[in-house]
Amino acid sequence: MRRLAAAFAFAASLAAVSTLAADKFITVSSTTSTEDSGLFGSILPKFTAKTGIEVRVVALGTGKAIEVAKRGDADVLFVHHRPSEDKFVADGFGVKRHDVMYNDFVVVGPKSDPVGIRGMKSAADAFKKIAAAKAPFASRGDKSGTHMAELAVWKAAGVDVAPASGTWYRDTGSGMGPTLNTASGMNAYTVADRGTWISFKNKGELELLVEGDAVLFNPYGVMLVNPVKHPHVKAEMGQAFIDWLVSSEGQKAIADFKIEGQQLFMPNAK
Amino acid sequence: MSPLVEALWQAAALILHADSDLAEIVGLSLAVSLGATALAALVGMPIGAMAALFRFPGRRALVVLLDALMGLPPVVAGLFVYLILSRSGPLGFLGLLYSPLAMVIAQFILILPIVAALSRQVVEDHWREYEEQLRSLGAGPGRALPTLLWDGRFSLFTVVLAGFGRAIAEVGAVMIVGGNIAHVTRTMTTTIALEVNKGQLALAMALGIILIALAVSVNGSVHAAKHVAQRWGGQ
Repeated sequence: MRRLAAAFAFAASLAAVSTLAADKFITVSSTTSTEDSGLFGSILPKFTAKTGIEVRVVALGTGKAIEVAKRGDADVLFVHHRPSEDKFVADGFGVKRHDVMYNDFVVVGPKSDPVGIRGMKSAADAFKKIAAAKAPFASRGDKSGTHMAELAVWKAAGVDVAPASGTWYRDTGSGMGPTLNTASGMNAYTVADRGTWISFKNKGELELLVEGDAVLFNPYGVMLVNPVKHPHVKAEMGQAFIDWLVSSEGQKAIADFKIEGQQLFMPNAK
Repeated sequence: MSPLVEALWQAAALILHADSDLAEIVGLSLAVSLGATALAALVGMPIGAMAALFRFPGRRALVVLLDALMGLPPVVAGLFVYLILSRSGPLGFLGLLYSPLAMVIAQFILILPIVAALSRQVVEDHWREYEEQLRSLGAGPGRALPTLLWDGRFSLFTVVLAGFGRAIAEVGAVMIVGGNIAHVTRTMTTTIALEVNKGQLALAMALGIILIALAVSVNGSVHAAKHVAQRWGGQ
């Protein structure tokens, strides 16, 4: 009986802890690139210091992050795949999409670059060469923003990767970090967002090979989950966070976030 | 320096500096897994004992189910709890998703079959051994249940440890229902997964070493307690 009471007391205290801290926080469904790169770790304390609102980030691939927001399990969605974001708002799940920042995707691969794509201006042409040579390529394969951007490049290159899956095209079905770890392990080519790439610590033999193509542009958008669909959404605090992100103060915080002197995200709120 | 050697150094450094983030993460991991284990023991042992002692319709199916669910994949347990606790799920109104309590529930579901199935075996073995004796004293299965649980307490320690081991080691379930939110639901295993994502392999391994040390010390204290209890409590 005493054990029972103790267990209940324990469960109750856990519940109390989670609700006590509960009065002033919002949940943000976001992507691994913003969390793993350290951006949130750098900018969120500034927002919390100013407003007293704690921001709890659940970092998932863009596809999963949108799914979580659709189910009403987050107050704010902060991701990077424009077509999906527009659909999210058009379907009534989000209130309004705001530009926040951008960076770009980069094509990375082994230093030795057996296919010879280093310095190419067109990502699609580089992909064509990789496909023609059947050189190992690691794909996220997880419906993340990066994965969808990668698929767009394959489409532009006119290559259908589906039949190659399991041969030279390796669908890892995992986050940016694990995919880079895999690419590093098998000396494969892959696509990464610049933020994760710069902050990634296990580059091994991998090197940045192709960058600067317009098709590799990577814009991030932020939107409030629609309180009409999900009445429990903390609209006021969520909006306060969005307003801060697009304010000159929030934009400066984003620009100030640097790793080894390199700025990872370029603010571009209107 | 090789990553493994570096990991050892980093583990030592983290512990020596009494890193406050680390303390918080270790504390949460222990609280969640011990909580889930306590609940699973409370619910699982009686279920196991009943399946061992009583004959009721569906008993065989229950035994098979419990045995099979010992292999329940953590992600599946996590996904199940996620769908229940999600705002769009049946218990969404509670707002429990992404909280430590959600993680306790997920781990409870994960290890309940382990505790119940192994308890059933322990109680059944004891019952087989002492059935005649207990019956001659006029104790049927109902009266014998507490006696058998008490009698098998030292084996049941190991059962509970098996449950705890599974809970503290899993990452799939807590990742989905907890969300790996910094300072809220970040445990040892989700931190390790995160550091692997960042490519900080040595740091991830260092945390792994600390996790193993933690599991060893929890098991060590239970064994020490068991030893003392055996010496003073008879058997």
